[in-house]
Amino acid sequence: MDNINFIYPEIFISLGIMFLLIFGVFKKNSSNLVYNLSIVILIATFVLIFSYPVETEISLFKNSYKIDYLSSFMKSLTMIAGIFVMITSSKYLKLLKILQIEYSILILSAILGTMVMISSNDLMVFYIGLELQSLSLYVLASFNKNEIKSSEAGLKYFVLSALSSGILLYGCSLVYGFSGSTNFNIISNEINNSQFSLMFGIVFILVGLAFKISAVPFHMWAPDVYEGSPTSVTLFFTMVPKIAALTVFIRFLYVPFIGMIDQWNVIIVFLAIASMIFGAVAAIGQTNIKRLIAYSSISHMGYALAGLTTGTNLGIQSSVIYISIYLVMNLGLFCCLFMMKRNDQYYENIDDLSGLSKNHPLLSLSILIILFSLAGIPPMAGFFAKFYIFQSIVEQSMYFLAIVGLLSTVIAAFYYLRIIKIIYFDPEKEKYDTDYSLGLKISLTLTTLTILLYFIFPSKLVEIVSKINII
Amino acid sequence: MNFPILSSLILLPSIGALFLLFAKDSQDSKTIRYVALFTAFINFLISIYLWYLFDPSISSFQFVEDKTWLKEFVNYKVGIDGISILFIILTTFITTLCIISVNKSIKFRLRDFLIAILVMESVMIGVFCSLDLFIFYLFFEAGLIPMFLIIGIWGGTRRVYSAFKFFLYTLLGSVLMLVAIISIYWISGTTDITLLYEFGIEAKYQKLLWLAFFTSFAVKTPMWPVHTWLPDAHVEAPTVGSVLLAAILLKMAGYGFIRFSIGLFPVASEFFAPLIYTLSLVAIVFTSLVALMQDDMKKLIAYSSVAHMGFVTLGIFTFNQQGIEGSIIQMISHGLVSAALFLCVGILYEKAHSRLINTYGGLVSVMPKYSVLFMIFTLGAIGLPGTTGFIGEFLILMGVFQKSFLVAAIASLGVIFGAAYMLWLYRRVIFGKLNNQNIFEIADLNKSEIFILSCLAIPTLFFGFYPEPLINKKEISVEDLINTYNYNLNLNILKSSSNG
Repeated sequence: MDNINFIYPEIFISLGIMFLLIFGVFKKNSSNLVYNLSIVILIATFVLIFSYPVETEISLFKNSYKIDYLSSFMKSLTMIAGIFVMITSSKYLKLLKILQIEYSILILSAILGTMVMISSNDLMVFYIGLELQSLSLYVLASFNKNEIKSSEAGLKYFVLSALSSGILLYGCSLVYGFSGSTNFNIISNEINNSQFSLMFGIVFILVGLAFKISAVPFHMWAPDVYEGSPTSVTLFFTMVPKIAALTVFIRFLYVPFIGMIDQWNVIIVFLAIASMIFGAVAAIGQTNIKRLIAYSSISHMGYALAGLTTGTNLGIQSSVIYISIYLVMNLGLFCCLFMMKRNDQYYENIDDLSGLSKNHPLLSLSILIILFSLAGIPPMAGFFAKFYIFQSIVEQSMYFLAIVGLLSTVIAAFYYLRIIKIIYFDPEKEKYDTDYSLGLKISLTLTTLTILLYFIFPSKLVEIVSKINII
Repeated sequence: MNFPILSSLILLPSIGALFLLFAKDSQDSKTIRYVALFTAFINFLISIYLWYLFDPSISSFQFVEDKTWLKEFVNYKVGIDGISILFIILTTFITTLCIISVNKSIKFRLRDFLIAILVMESVMIGVFCSLDLFIFYLFFEAGLIPMFLIIGIWGGTRRVYSAFKFFLYTLLGSVLMLVAIISIYWISGTTDITLLYEFGIEAKYQKLLWLAFFTSFAVKTPMWPVHTWLPDAHVEAPTVGSVLLAAILLKMAGYGFIRFSIGLFPVASEFFAPLIYTLSLVAIVFTSLVALMQDDMKKLIAYSSVAHMGFVTLGIFTFNQQGIEGSIIQMISHGLVSAALFLCVGILYEKAHSRLINTYGGLVSVMPKYSVLFMIFTLGAIGLPGTTGFIGEFLILMGVFQKSFLVAAIASLGVIFGAAYMLWLYRRVIFGKLNNQNIFEIADLNKSEIFILSCLAIPTLFFGFYPEPLINKKEISVEDLINTYNYNLNLNILKSSSNG
C-alpha cells in the first residue's frame, strides 16, 4: 500500500461517482448541480494526475496496473476530453430535457473505465475497464428516451459490443491458455514457446479492440450509433473510447507481443488501409453530419493505426500525436454542431449548413479551418498530425502504406470540400440562434485557434509526446 | 542583416488580412479597399527595397533567416537568390494591381475577397523564399485554400466543378511530393536545400524522387496531359483570380523545377529530360492548336498559358545558361502578359457580359484605347521583338538548339501557332464589322483601367528593349545552379563508374 498515491486519480473519481450517486438520490432536482459537480470532479482528477512526477514508471498490484508516462499523458487527454464534453453540451442536454443525474454519473464511470484500460498491464484488468466503459456507453447511447433512434443506437451498440467483447474474451482465454498468464510481462517471456497458437489469441483480441476503435471491417455499428445517440454522447464516443482503445493497442502489441511484430503487423496494416480508404469513400454519400463524422472518424483511426504498424517508438509517438490533434479538431467540429440551433431545435443535416457564411461569418470561418485541418491541408494542425504519421511510416520504408494513406486523404478532401462548398458557395437559409453558452464559445475559440496557430510552435506537442518510450 | 525582411514580406499581407477580418463588410466601403491596397503597396515597396539591397555578385542565398521550428527536423529557413527575387517582385506587383483592379466584378463579400487575396500573397511569397523543402511544401499546399475559395465563391456558373477540380487535381499531384520530401529527410538527414545542394542525393534514389516532385509540378505548371484543370479554373474564376492564377500560381511549378528538380536530382533530370521535351512539345503544339479553335476568349488565353509554360519547361531542362535564363524571363513575361490579357478580357466582360469571341468584332471603332493596349499584349504573347516575350522565347530556343535541333525546330513551330491564334483572336475581336447591337455604345477604358494596363504594358516593353536588369540580377545565381548541377552530376557519374 506504499504506492497508493499513484492511483489517487482513480480513487478520487470512484469516490466522486459514489458521492454523486448518493447526493443525487437524496437531494431532489439536483441534476444541474450534479452536472457541475462532475465537471469539478473531472478537473480535480486532472490535477491529481500530476500529483506525482509524470515520468514515474511503476507497476502496482502485482504488476497488473502500470503507471508510466504514456498512461499519464493519455489520462490527461481523457480528462481534457471529458471536461470539454461536459462544458460544451450543458445547454444541449437541457433543451433535450435529458439532463439527469445519471447522465453525469455515467460519463464519469465511463471515464473511470477508460482510465483503468489505459493503465492496465493485465488482460483481466483491461477487460474490467473495458466493460465498465462499455456498460456506461450502452446506457448513454440510448439516453434520449424520447427519440426512437437513440434507443436503436443503444441496443445496436449493446448487441454488437457484447459480441465483440465475447470474441475478445475468447482471445484472452486463448492467450492465457498458451502462455499460462494474463499478465503482459509474463506473456512476453513465454512468447517464444508457442508463437503459432498465440497468434489465434492475438487475432481475437485485435478484433475486439478494432471494434472499439471502429476500424474497418468492424465499423458497422459506428454510423448508426453516432447518428442515433444524443450529440453530446456522440462527441464522447468519438473521443474517449478511442483514446482507451489506442492505448490498449499500444500496450498490448508493444509489450507482450513485440516479438511477433511480423505476424500482427499484417493485420494492423490491413485495418489501417481498409479504414483509411473505406472511411473516406463511404463518407462521400452522407447527408447527416453525425454520420459523416462517424465515417471520417473511421478514416482518422486508420491513420492513427498506421502509426502503430511501424514497430518503433517514433510510430507510437506519431499515433499519440495524431489522436491528440484529432481530438481537438473533432471537438471544434462538434462545438459548431451544438451551435446549429434554431427555435430550440438542433439541426444536423449537411444541407442545414447551406449558405451559413452569409449570416455567421465567424462560425463559418471556424468550420472552414477545422475542415481543412481534418482534410490535412497545411498549415493547419491536421496536416502536422498526418505528417508525423507518414514520417514514421516512411522511416520504415513502408511506402505502399504511405502512398495509400496520402491518396485517401485526397478522397477525404472531397467530402470536406463538399461541406465547405455548402457553407460558402450555396444560397443562404434562415439564421441560427446566437445565444451560445460561454463554455461553447470558449471551446470553439480555443480549438480553432489551436488548429490555426499550431504551425507557429509545432514542436511543443512533439516534445511532450517524445517522452513516451514503450519499447 | 538582422531585420527579418523576408519574414515581414511574408507576414505583412496576412496581418493586413487580419485587420480586414475585423472591419465591417460593405460593398462601397472605401476603408477595406484602402487597407488592402495599402498593405499590398507597402509590401511592393519593401520588395523593391529588397531588390535595391540585393547584391547580384554573390552567388549564395541572401537575407537568410534560420530558426529552429520543428525540433530536430525542420528549420524555418528562408532566403533569396537572383532567381527568387524576380518572382517575389512579380508577386507583390501583380497583387497590388489586382487589388486596384477589384471593382464592380466582385459583387458581394468584397472584404472576404480581399482577405483571400492578401493571404494568397503571403503564401506565394513564402513559396519563393523558402529554403527548406518542408517549408516549401507547406506554402505550396496552403495556397490551395484561398484559391479554392476565390474560384468557388466569386466564380462563374460552373464554379463549384472548377473549384473542386482545381483543388483535387493539385492536391493529388502534390501528396506524392510529401512522401518524397520525407524520404529525402530519412535518406539525407535534412531537408535544408543549401545543405542538399552541397552534398547531393544518392543517384539510386533520384529517379523515384524526381518523379514524385515531377507529378506535383507537372500538375501545377500545368503540363500536358494534366493541364485540363487550368482552362476550367480560368474560365470560372473571377478576373482577379485568373490573373493571380496565371501570373503567379503557375510560376510556382516552374520555380520548383528550377530549384528542386534540377538542383537536387541532376542524374534523374538528365535521364528524364527527353520525357520533359516530349511533353513540352506536345503542350506547345497541341494546346496551340486547341487554342486556335476556342470560342471563349478566357479559354483561349488559358490554353495559350499551357503552351507558354511548355516553353518554360523546355528551357529549364536544357541545363544551360541561355535555356534557364530564358525560362525565367519567359515566366516573368508570361506573368505580365497573361495577367494583362485576362484583365483585358475581364474589362470586356464587365461591359458586354460575354466572353465569346463572336459577340465582338469591330471594337476598334468604339474602343480605340483598348485596342492599342490589347495589341501590345497580343504582341507580347506572340513574342514579337521588343517585348519581353521575345527575349524569353529567343533565349529558350537558343538553349534548346544546343541540345537538339529537332526539338528546337518543333518548338519554333509553336511560335508560329502562337502568332496564329493570338492574331486571329485580335482580328476577330477588334477588327471586322461592328455588327452586334449591344456593343455599339460600349465605353472605352476609363482612367483606372488605363492605369492598370499601362502598369503592365510599360515593363513588358521596357524589358523587351532593355532586358539587362532582368538578366544581371540572376546571372550568377543561374550560373551557380548550373555549376552545382554539373558538379553533382559528375560526382554521381564518378561514383557509379568507380562502383561499377
